[in-house]
Amino acid sequence: MKPKFLVGGAVIALALGYMIWAGVTQSAVYFVTPSELTAAPVAGKAYRLGGLVERGSLKWDPGTLDLTFAVSDGKATVPVRHKGTAPDLFGEGRGAVVEGQWTGEGYFKATLILAKHSEEYEAPHPTTDAPSRRILETLETGAR
Amino acid sequence: MIPEIGTGVLLVALTLAVYGALVAAVGGRRGRPALVQSAQHAALGVFVLLTAAFLLLIYAFLTFDFSVRYVANNTNLGTPFYYRITAVWGALEGSLVLWAWMLGLYTLLVVVRHRTTARELYPWVLTVMLGVLAFFVLVMTVPAPVFTRLAPVPADGRGLNPLLEDSGMITHPVALYLGFTGFTVPFAFAVAALVAGRVGDFWITTTRRWTIVAWYFLSLGLLIGGWWSYHVLGWGGYWAWDPVENAAFMPWLTATALLHSVMVQERRRMLRLWNLALVVLTFALTLFGTFLTRSGVIASVHAFTQGTIGVFFLAFLAVVVLVALGLIAWRWDSLGAQGELDSVISRESAFLLNNVMLVAATFTVFFGTVFPLLSEAVRGVKVSVGAPFFNQVNVPLFLSLIFLMGVGPLIAWRRASLANLKRNFLGPVLVGVVAAALFRLLGVGSVLVAVALALTLFVAACIAVDLFRATRARRAMGERTLPALGGLLLRHNRRYGGFVVHFAVLVVAVGVTGSQTWSVHTETTLKRGEQAELAGYHIRFDGLHESQESNHSKVTGTFTVVNGKAAGTVLQPAKKRYPQEQSPIAYVDYRLGFIDDIYLVLGDFAPDHTSVTVKIQVNRMVSWIWLGGVVLTLGTVLSVLPERRKAA
Repeated sequence: MKPKFLVGGAVIALALGYMIWAGVTQSAVYFVTPSELTAAPVAGKAYRLGGLVERGSLKWDPGTLDLTFAVSDGKATVPVRHKGTAPDLFGEGRGAVVEGQWTGEGYFKATLILAKHSEEYEAPHPTTDAPSRRILETLETGAR
Repeated sequence: MIPEIGTGVLLVALTLAVYGALVAAVGGRRGRPALVQSAQHAALGVFVLLTAAFLLLIYAFLTFDFSVRYVANNTNLGTPFYYRITAVWGALEGSLVLWAWMLGLYTLLVVVRHRTTARELYPWVLTVMLGVLAFFVLVMTVPAPVFTRLAPVPADGRGLNPLLEDSGMITHPVALYLGFTGFTVPFAFAVAALVAGRVGDFWITTTRRWTIVAWYFLSLGLLIGGWWSYHVLGWGGYWAWDPVENAAFMPWLTATALLHSVMVQERRRMLRLWNLALVVLTFALTLFGTFLTRSGVIASVHAFTQGTIGVFFLAFLAVVVLVALGLIAWRWDSLGAQGELDSVISRESAFLLNNVMLVAATFTVFFGTVFPLLSEAVRGVKVSVGAPFFNQVNVPLFLSLIFLMGVGPLIAWRRASLANLKRNFLGPVLVGVVAAALFRLLGVGSVLVAVALALTLFVAACIAVDLFRATRARRAMGERTLPALGGLLLRHNRRYGGFVVHFAVLVVAVGVTGSQTWSVHTETTLKRGEQAELAGYHIRFDGLHESQESNHSKVTGTFTVVNGKAAGTVLQPAKKRYPQEQSPIAYVDYRLGFIDDIYLVLGDFAPDHTSVTVKIQVNRMVSWIWLGGVVLTLGTVLSVLPERRKAA
C-alpha cells in the first residue's frame, strides 16, 4: 500500500469519527422515568420520558388541539403538554414514551408521543397491577 | 393432530439437514461423489419436508385449528381468508418457517445450478447451506417451536395484529427474506473456496448473479417496507431509522459495496481479502438483523416478542464469524492481491472509495443502532440517538456516493488521463454546476438540497453521455438510433443494467430529497361542512358514518379535496376498532400523485359526529421512491440476463 492511500484512509476515518461524535453529542436523547426527571430536571435537554399515563389526567381540547396529561411511575408524576391528537393505542392507564423537553415552568413539552402496548395481546386484568408493571418493563427495554 | 405431525416433520428435517451437511463434508474431503449425491438427496428431502411443514401451518390457519398455539395467538374466526395466509408469517415462529423454507429453496436451486459446474467447491457449499438450514430448523423446534399444542383448545383465537392486515404483508416479508436468505449462497461459496483452497476468482464470478438477486430482493423488501410504513402507520413517513429497518439496511449497504468491489477483483485481481470479508460481513449482518428483530434486545415498532431465541442467534453468529475468520487466517498467504492500485484517479480507486463510503455508512448505522446498549453498558445512562443522528452523519456519505455513481462507470481503469477526464466529465460537471447555481437563484430549498439535486443531475448527465456516445458509435456502423440503443442495452446488458439501477437510485434520491424538503402538514378540527386549506388544496369535512366489518367496526370520515377548479377527490380516512385491541387504529386515506400526495389521518371526533380532528399532509415526490423501485426491477432483470456478446 502506498503511503498516500494510508493518509487518505486516515483522513476519511478521522472525518467519520468527527461526524459521529458531533452527531451523538447533538442528538443524544436521555431516557428517564418520572422519578429520575423530577430528581434532577435540566431545562432544554432532550428527554424521552417513559411511564404510565395517569388515570383522570388526560384532557383534550379539539378547538386548540391542546393535549395535556400526566406521566407517572408510581413514585413521581410529570405533567405533559402536547399539540395535536394522541397516537393510536394511547390512553389513560397505559404506557407511553414522550419525547420532548422539560420547560422549567413545571411541565414537560412533548414533541412526539409513542404509545406502547405489550406485544402479545393479553386481556387486561383489572384486579392486579401486573399489566402496568409489564408495560413499565417493556418501556425500560425500549429505552435500552 | 397437526401440532404432532408438524413437530415430527421438523425433527426429521433437522436430522436430514445435519446428516446432509456432514456427509457432504466427508464426501468433499475424501473425494467420494456417492456421499455428495446422498447430501443432495438430503437437501431435496429437507426442502420437501419444510414445504410440508409450511403447508401444514397454512392449513391450520385456514381451518382455524386453535389447538395450535401459534394459530390461536395470531388469528381469530373473523380474520379474512387472505390475511389468514399472511398471518402464517405474521409473528416470530411463523416468520422463521418462511425463512427456513426460502433457505431450503435456495439450497435446492444451488444443487440444480451448480452440481456439475462447481466441482471442487460444491460439496462444501452444500455443507454450509445445509448447516445454516439445520440451525434455522433447530430454532424452529427448540426456542421458537411453531407447532406447540394449546390445551384446552379455545373457542376463538386472539386475532392478528391489525397493522398486519395489509397487502404489504405478502410482499414485504417475502421480498425481505428472499434477500436475507439469498446471501447465504455467496457466503457458502466463500467458505467453500477457503476450505478447498480455491481462493481464486472462480467463486466470486460464480456467485455474482446470486448476490445481485439477493441484493435486489433486499432492496425491494426495504422499499415495500417503506411503502407499508407510509400507507399504514399514518405518520406520513417511509423511513424512521428504526432498529429493525437498520437491521435490514446494514446488509444492503455491505452487499452494495460487494457488487462493486467484485468488479475490481474480476478486472484487476485485487481486493480478494476485502471481498471475502464483505461476503462474510453481509451474511453476519443478516444474522445480526434477525437477532435484533427477534431477541427483544432493542425494542422497536416491529420487533417480535422476546425469549431465549436471542441467545441462539448470538451463539450462531459467533460461530459463523469465528469459523470465517479462522479460515481466512488459515488461507492468509494465498489471499494477497495480484494487481496493484496504480493511480488515485482511476476506476478501481473510485470503486474503492465507494466501498469505503458504504462501509462507513454501515458502521454509522450499526453504531447508532447499538448506541443505547453501549451507553448503558459503559456509562450506565440510557441514551439513544434518533433520526437526526443518522441523517446528519449519513447525508454527506450518501451525497459522496451519488457523486461516485457518476464518476465510477465512466472513468478509465488503471490511470485516467486528463483527456479522458475532460472527454467524459466536462459536460456533466457543467450540467451539475449550472443546475446548482439555478437552484440557488430560484431559491429551491437549502444549499444542501441544491447540492443533492445538482449531484443527481450530474450523474444523470454522466449516464446520458455514455449512452449517447455508445449509440453514436453503433449508428456510425449503420444502425438506426432506436435499434442501436436497444442493442446496446441487450448486448452489454451487464453494464447498462447497472446504469439503469443507478438511474433508479437517482429517482429514489430525488424522491427522498423532495419529500424531506417540500412536504407540508397541518392538523385541525373541522365542523361538518367546514374546510381547511393547505398548499392550495381545500379539504372539506362532509360527515362521519359507522359500519361493521367482518372482524372490526369502523368510523369513516368523508372529506372532499378540491384544488383549483378541478372536480373534488373524495378521501375517506377511518378509525377501526378491533375487539382484541383496547383502542382504535387509524386507517389512512390518500391520493397519490406524481408530485403531490394528499394524505389524511383521522384523529379524534366528537361523540355526536359533528366535528373531527384531522391530520392533513401534502407529501411531495414520495411517489418517486416507489417509481424508483420499478426502475430498479428493470435494471436488475437486465443485469442478470445472460450476456449475449462474446466474452471479451
